[in-house]
Amino acid sequence: MKKLLAILLALVMVLSFAACTKTPGTEDESTDADANNSASTELKDVKVGFIFLHDENSTYDKNFIDAAKAACTEMGVEYAQKTQIPESNDCYDAAVELIEVDGCNVIFADSFGHESFLIDAAKKYPDVQFCHATGTQAHTAGLANFHNAFASIYEGRYLAGVAAGLKLNEMIADGKITADKAKMGYVGAFTFAEVISGYTSFYLGAKSVCPSVTMDVKFTGSWYNEQLEKEAAQALINGGCVLISQHADSMGAPTACETAGVPNVSYNGSTVAACPNTFIVSSRINWTPYFKYMIECVQKGEAIATDWTGTIETGSVVLTEVNEAAAAEGTAAKLEEVKGKLLDGTLEVFDASTFTVGGNAVTSYLADVDTDANYEKDTEVIENGVFHESKFRSAPYFDMEIDGITLLDRNYG
Amino acid sequence: MDNTKAVKHHHEPLVHIVKRDDMPSWKAWLIRIATIVISIFLMGCLSTMLTEKSLFETFEMMFRGVFGRIESGSTVMLWKYLQEIAILLCLALALTPAFKMKFWNCGAEGQALMGGLAAMMCMINLGQTLSYPVLLAVVIITSILAGAVWGLIPAIFKALFNTNETLFTLMMNYIATQIIAYYVYIVGGGSNIIQPVAEGNLPVIGNNRYLINIIIVAVICIFMYIYLKYSKHGYEISVVGESQNTARYIGINVKKVIIRTMVISGALCGVAGMLLVAGTDHSINTNTVGGQGFTAIMVSWLGQFNPFIMVLMTGVICFLRLGASKVADTCMLNASFADIVVGVVILCVVGCEFFIRYSVKFRHSKKEVKE
Repeated sequence: MKKLLAILLALVMVLSFAACTKTPGTEDESTDADANNSASTELKDVKVGFIFLHDENSTYDKNFIDAAKAACTEMGVEYAQKTQIPESNDCYDAAVELIEVDGCNVIFADSFGHESFLIDAAKKYPDVQFCHATGTQAHTAGLANFHNAFASIYEGRYLAGVAAGLKLNEMIADGKITADKAKMGYVGAFTFAEVISGYTSFYLGAKSVCPSVTMDVKFTGSWYNEQLEKEAAQALINGGCVLISQHADSMGAPTACETAGVPNVSYNGSTVAACPNTFIVSSRINWTPYFKYMIECVQKGEAIATDWTGTIETGSVVLTEVNEAAAAEGTAAKLEEVKGKLLDGTLEVFDASTFTVGGNAVTSYLADVDTDANYEKDTEVIENGVFHESKFRSAPYFDMEIDGITLLDRNYG
Repeated sequence: MDNTKAVKHHHEPLVHIVKRDDMPSWKAWLIRIATIVISIFLMGCLSTMLTEKSLFETFEMMFRGVFGRIESGSTVMLWKYLQEIAILLCLALALTPAFKMKFWNCGAEGQALMGGLAAMMCMINLGQTLSYPVLLAVVIITSILAGAVWGLIPAIFKALFNTNETLFTLMMNYIATQIIAYYVYIVGGGSNIIQPVAEGNLPVIGNNRYLINIIIVAVICIFMYIYLKYSKHGYEISVVGESQNTARYIGINVKKVIIRTMVISGALCGVAGMLLVAGTDHSINTNTVGGQGFTAIMVSWLGQFNPFIMVLMTGVICFLRLGASKVADTCMLNASFADIVVGVVILCVVGCEFFIRYSVKFRHSKKEVKE
């Protein structure tokens, strides 16, 4: 017994010595950070607190985590983060902790369900700014310190669709398929506006260069389920789809495509490392511009926009490098051209003349823009023949099922 | 090969385990406390190695994660800590009568979810029609009933058909989770989320959103202590737990005791679900109980079915969980670090419990050689 105790104590001593000897290194780092901060003394001190639904193992959260690090390092501000925060009162507690313990004066949360709990915290701390991605309530909440943000990712999807359409054209020209066999497959998470808006813009992009294209959509009912996404992609390929894209966060669909040798248009970032032969291009939202804007506003004491929509112009909607090994020839040049048209406003993604619903042209549509318990449709969103996505609020609300796209199943969770 | 030879010579295994009854309780407690302190200290060392912070800084971070800036009069984190303790303790208290009866109720998660679901349904469907006091009463009663029914079903099968209650209650958890998922789909529609409901919430006492939960659980804790220790029901529970034959012999209706106890167990889980839904989240999803129904099993065991020791155990576990998650967040470690810390400490405590109850005897000849 005594011997055991002696060994244990010795072990503890060694460990604590090991721990203590490492401390000088960390102190050096912190003084570096202080030096950076002192450069901007005339501005208000900012410390950002980030609340993430998962951690860096989810591509969705990794996209936010990377942007948070990039923006805060670039702006020379401190930040704290809390990962694995569920969409419950835990989000309120996390915000309180970031404010009370870490001294943050800007709070950002990344998941849709965090919103109501963040609003609770915003009411309690009127001097702290709260920003929330993908939310819908800021424009009706009437709080000066609560803000929503999203990006016009449908423009990125449209561009990715153009790349897909060019690939289909190449396959038709090479005689691999006939024009009427140009069918794409799409793996979606849930049958929500965010996903519907995404796959519809992707489809319209492809259709703009390959008029005969059709598309099948399958839903997994989960934002992250590698096995289900793989199976859905496989089922679509077996059903005759010659090109696959997805709106879900795992590597399931891209790897199924690589195995089957079917071209893939990805999301949330490049998958070229795992899929060198089939990855064409990927669109994603870059959150760094918003984080920098948010930090700058607080530093200067200016108001943050209630409902901020990032665009191609702000650098929020980005495409990865085109993978020449898989993409059709001239894809990069064509994407630049279409991007130019989107930027100067000569091209609209949801131009109502380019699609029909149930065989009829759409001239008027009421969308559910203001959040209410009954999901009432409340706002006319078609003006001058264009469906204005992300105009009346940043989060997507396009939820029409247009002709040419077949939903093989539906999944609301 | 060596072993078989040895056995041939000595007819005695290398190690054998003997139950010990001679350990005085002060000594047992000293060992338990020392184990907790040493294991926390070891976990502190582990995190210092992972994070390059000194041991002192690590413990300071843990302290901050639990108590916040309490020295400057900010008690908001302390209340959050007490709330965490209250919910976990409520679930552990709910399990305790069943465990004492040796009925392994592993269904706290599902029973609490069903209680929460009942509360949520009342809040949504009756929120506009009933006046607040009536609505509140309905919310409380239905959630207790829902939890009780979810506990009653496996109890009836156990009492009548002697089914395995561990598997039964575990399966009931999955059913409850799926029911919640379906309900969220129906109510939440396209967004897959139920927005918090303002009607039928538990009252907020003095601007403190957690105080009501803490008071309710404190009352339950005292009630449970008296119930188990001084009531006739409590006595029947311990007799059935010791030996069902003895219970039958002295005229206890075993089936009745099993069913009655599980109804109480389920009802209290229902209360925990109600506290989470009507008192905290005002919404529900499949993750509302968040696995605490399983942690509660450990708490009840480690607390040796004594409600007041369970308070201490939940205090330690919640301290570790909140503190370690602060360390993980500050040093950008993975959030699972908190689970690892709690897991290791619980493992150490369970291990020490084994050595308190049993002693390991080595073969005599071997011992002689050693000395």
